[in-house]
Amino acid sequence: MAEAQNIPAGSTTAGSIAVAAESTVATRMSAPPSFDVADFPVPHGREEEWRFTPLARLRGLHDGTAIASGEGVKVEIEAPEGVTVETVGRDDQRLGKAGTPVDRVAAQAYTSFEKASVVTVAKEAVLTEPIRISVHGVGGVAFGHQVIELGAFAEAVVVIDHTGDAVLAANVDYVLGDGAKLTVVSVQDWDENAVHVAQHNALVGRDASFKSVVVTFGGDVVRIHPRVSYAAPGGEAELFGLYFTDAGQHQEHRLLVDHNTPHCKSNVAYKGALQGQDAHAVWIGDVLIQAAAEGTDTYELNRNLVLTDGARVDSVPNLEIETGEIAGAGHASATGRFDDEQLFYLMARGIPEAEARRLVVRGFFAELVQQIGLPDVQERLIAKIEAELEASV
Amino acid sequence: MATLEIHDLHVSVEAENGPREILKGVDLTIKQGETHAVMGPNGSGKSTLAYSLAGHPKYTVTGGTVTLDGEDVLEMSVDERARAGVFLAMQYPVEVPGVSVSNFLRTSATAVRGEAPKLRTWVKEVKSAMEQLQMDPAFAERNVNEGFSGGEKKRHEILQLELLKPRIAILDETDSGLDVDALRIVSEGVNRVRETGEVGTLLITHYTRILRYIKPDFVHVFANGRIAESGGAELADQLENEGYDKYVKGGASA
Repeated sequence: MAEAQNIPAGSTTAGSIAVAAESTVATRMSAPPSFDVADFPVPHGREEEWRFTPLARLRGLHDGTAIASGEGVKVEIEAPEGVTVETVGRDDQRLGKAGTPVDRVAAQAYTSFEKASVVTVAKEAVLTEPIRISVHGVGGVAFGHQVIELGAFAEAVVVIDHTGDAVLAANVDYVLGDGAKLTVVSVQDWDENAVHVAQHNALVGRDASFKSVVVTFGGDVVRIHPRVSYAAPGGEAELFGLYFTDAGQHQEHRLLVDHNTPHCKSNVAYKGALQGQDAHAVWIGDVLIQAAAEGTDTYELNRNLVLTDGARVDSVPNLEIETGEIAGAGHASATGRFDDEQLFYLMARGIPEAEARRLVVRGFFAELVQQIGLPDVQERLIAKIEAELEASV
Repeated sequence: MATLEIHDLHVSVEAENGPREILKGVDLTIKQGETHAVMGPNGSGKSTLAYSLAGHPKYTVTGGTVTLDGEDVLEMSVDERARAGVFLAMQYPVEVPGVSVSNFLRTSATAVRGEAPKLRTWVKEVKSAMEQLQMDPAFAERNVNEGFSGGEKKRHEILQLELLKPRIAILDETDSGLDVDALRIVSEGVNRVRETGEVGTLLITHYTRILRYIKPDFVHVFANGRIAESGGAELADQLENEGYDKYVKGGASA
């Protein structure tokens, strides 16, 4: 990663962090954003934001019947020097600053959590080691809240690993001070019965850079909702995602980039492979360029590779532009099949079947994986992708 | 010396109203160093012959034998046939998104040769083969057949032929859709491989045009699922003048 080259000379003010404004894309939701679950009706499944999700498999997260039980999940945080890790109560002022829950499960999580983790990187601290957060499910239901806040010009990499078995609803706030750089890798490597619904809110400060890498392999139902808004001009957000959806799994990634501020950039790229009966991947990419957001530059892309019959993809890019004074805006979505003809072509060149599949899947993900920029994470992902292929082909 | 022997080959495809026989007893022997042109009208079963030899799952062999130096080819999987030295240059090469040409070629060469080619010599080998086929080096970074023009697809097929050095090369209508320049370049590639004397070539074509560049030792007229007549290069001249009419009468159902 480039070292601090974006720091403007002579800039010393930390700058205040505003509460994110909510987007008008919210008008498509069944209720306005709220921290209180009571403000959301129980979804029946035909709502725009729920129509792809198998509500019956959410184990009651959506209708109030899921009650926190036992330990739920164990959260362990390993942080290098320069980082403060705190466990705080519901009244802590730092919670909920990056965004407001936009659907009933996120609001349920906010209404029900008891303790939150707050990870703070001091201003100008440049971490050389990643912050590692392990979220390990030990069975049962849990509601979580995490805040990761970087002071001005701080730089950090955070790797969040989700493993084990749990029914988890959570909100995660990323708050980036001016000129800060944050890379977050969130890996959903759950056991096969886990249910995980999370809203990620990033609030990007002036000239700050936010990179999110969302990787989903495991779980029965995983629904992640990364959202980005900008506190001041000059911010950049890169949202990368990679998923491998196996038989019976529902993996849903819904994104919103709210360009509410001039001269900010965003780049979204999600890629997924699917294999097996009733593997279901959903990708919703909402980008909103508000009237005030002149000079916006944005692109979003979703690609899916369907490896076998019986899998299903729903991919819905959505770009709303309220000003013509922008640098660029585009989106692309495509779903392709790895079919018998491709397999025949590769095998007719001597390549054995299993290797042909590997070649295609590795090639499909390669470009995206390279953009992550963290060699150890990249290697782990490639190994994991190969293991997924071995496991069920 | 490698010999491909096809004996009384019967092949069917699944059609709406049950299996339909396309090949009705093909006999053909191809020896290393020889070039056989198989010519015939559309629908006569030429491409079925090519794909059946390569092992495409759509085609069911219902009778007969195919052996390569006595080894039963029909028992082999598609990739085993390729590794045994059978190469099919396809009429309609398939797009493989996400896989670059360079990665594909190396993986394929590794599989066929049984070991990964040494990187330094390999890069040179690919580069010079591409130059000879007048392919832009940037081609290597594109995805296999994705967005290729018709001519690029055929050059890419012949590039593989040159790199994989098969013992038996089946060229299925490699000339179709090529302009004169591309036809010449592609033919020169085929001839370079033929001149090694290491390959037996089965050249499947509808037109005689490619035979001006690639001189066959034998010409076979394919009609109604079998070889109707065999001869030398002069048979092609006769076809050029007279067409296929005399072979398709009475067999016009195909």
